[in-house]
Amino acid sequence: MFRYLIRRLLLMVVLLLGVSVMVFLISHMVPSNPVAANLSQTAMNDPEIVAAYEAKWGLDKPLHEQYIVYMSNMLRGDFGTSIRTGRPVLQDLAQYFPATLELSIFAMIIAIVLGVGFGILSAIFQNKPADQILRAISVSGVSLPSFWFALLVMSVFCGKLKWFPSGGRIDPRIFNPTGGTGLYVLDAISWGDWEMLANSLSHLILPAMVLGFFTMGLITRQTRSNLLEAMSMDYIRTARSKGMKESRVVVGHALNNALIPVITVSGMGFCNLLGGMVFVEKIFSWPGIGQYAYLSATTLDFPAICGVSLLIAVTYVVVNLLIDILYGVIDPRIRYQ
Amino acid sequence: MNTARQLLKQKNFMFKLGLIICVAWILAAILAPVLVPYHPITHQDMAGRFQPPSTQHWFGTDSLGRDVFSRVLYGSRISITAGVITVLISFAVGILFGGISGYVGGVVDDIMMRFSEMVQSFPPLILAMVIAAALGPNISNSIFAMAIIWWPNYARLTRSIVISVKENDYVTASRILGASHLRILYREILPNSVGSMAVMATLDLGNAILMFSGLSFLGLGVQPPMAEWGAMVSDGVLTFNYWWISTFPGLAIFSVAIGANFIGDGLRDYLDPRMRGRA
Repeated sequence: MFRYLIRRLLLMVVLLLGVSVMVFLISHMVPSNPVAANLSQTAMNDPEIVAAYEAKWGLDKPLHEQYIVYMSNMLRGDFGTSIRTGRPVLQDLAQYFPATLELSIFAMIIAIVLGVGFGILSAIFQNKPADQILRAISVSGVSLPSFWFALLVMSVFCGKLKWFPSGGRIDPRIFNPTGGTGLYVLDAISWGDWEMLANSLSHLILPAMVLGFFTMGLITRQTRSNLLEAMSMDYIRTARSKGMKESRVVVGHALNNALIPVITVSGMGFCNLLGGMVFVEKIFSWPGIGQYAYLSATTLDFPAICGVSLLIAVTYVVVNLLIDILYGVIDPRIRYQ
Repeated sequence: MNTARQLLKQKNFMFKLGLIICVAWILAAILAPVLVPYHPITHQDMAGRFQPPSTQHWFGTDSLGRDVFSRVLYGSRISITAGVITVLISFAVGILFGGISGYVGGVVDDIMMRFSEMVQSFPPLILAMVIAAALGPNISNSIFAMAIIWWPNYARLTRSIVISVKENDYVTASRILGASHLRILYREILPNSVGSMAVMATLDLGNAILMFSGLSFLGLGVQPPMAEWGAMVSDGVLTFNYWWISTFPGLAIFSVAIGANFIGDGLRDYLDPRMRGRA
């Protein structure tokens, strides 16, 4: 187990090196000019300003030198300064990450609860109308353009019905949460501020549902197919022939074994959230990593792009590592070599 | 041809539905110039803008008084073509890259696979946004950006198939008989990899169209005034009350993606009979 962990951590370092090399390759290959993207037209006409700008960000040095400077800074915990915001990238990431973390945790909770539930129902009622409907929903989940779905949900529930606030994380006129973990729901609970809890939840629920819908589809499909496979096993027939109630056969025997692969899919789904995040955060004005990534990418703010990509890559590896460990805990047959 | 007939004979409602949806869209894309009642770009009627769906304008009109139905039909030409081209490029690059990597093996394989992992380790949407933003937002650049993200999937799949196939006795027999590497790859290995690759490509077609329209939605793909579904959805962002402007192009994206998913599922069921009725 220990050797396995070491190997995984080494792989993580390789992965991060890969990401940083990719950013540098792209920033070198692209025929665009970050100076032009970030300075106004009048400033661009002044060669002194342009030169000062290039010197400040090291844009006048050759690429491999930029890369070495960047890597050595990064190892010391300095991710550079965002060209767009003018602030240290690490500070930007620290500000936006909790918002995204909170949104993705809630999206995952929704996806897992609904996905596993739908999957079980779908398997029990195999090929009956209920199964067909649930399967249609799960295929819709993976086929919906998330930006359009977000827009639709928002225009119905925030625009027409006015059931939910139309964007942001919290009502800034009433609350200005500082300190704490940055996860507003958690902070509100720990401070005992129930109004803040209600307010942040009402902002959270719609974007989390939209975001979780895709992953829910994946989990439903996986749960259904695993459960059906488990239900055809001999031990299920034995349990049934003992006269056990069907509900106990499903929940007590089949489900235990069917859920293990679902954990893996959930991990993949979590990482898939990050793609939908860009759209959902943009439409629901959620101040998180997705919006930050979008703004950084479109302004070709390479220090920020690299920072945000590394953050996502780290999250990806950490989540998958946790899942592998969880896998071993749940299923003792698995031994890591 | 035999395979196609067997596929259609199956009692698979979803697969047939998917096929119908996709064929209908392909026909719509081909016949769009004949079918549309109004020109999608040049027909602007400022007096008749923001009209709800009616018998004259089936899907209503947008902020410039353009007919949304005509634009949705024309949009299929861009979106479907872009999706198909993206998948084809990734497919071709992936099969070549993965084929060589798996067949040659050793150090070459190691280096090639580490390279593809490096590409894959980058968050895909961010990579696509950066490339599209850097090269300038237009159709060919966003196709290029998506192909860069996608090819490693095909390369890895091809490689794994090639590795499992090349140890088979019939490949060894072919080699002993003096067949060249190219012949072995082309005659023995390729036919055995095409099935799984086809499933992946069909499933990917939906994803490619989703991502392409997403990039256009973000302003990184097709530029106005061209009729493209993602860009049309973003036209409706600020005009909630005129729901038809973004609803119909969104439904178009959804229907193509779900059609491709149905076909992909059907193909997978067909190729892996154990999974029939389960996945």
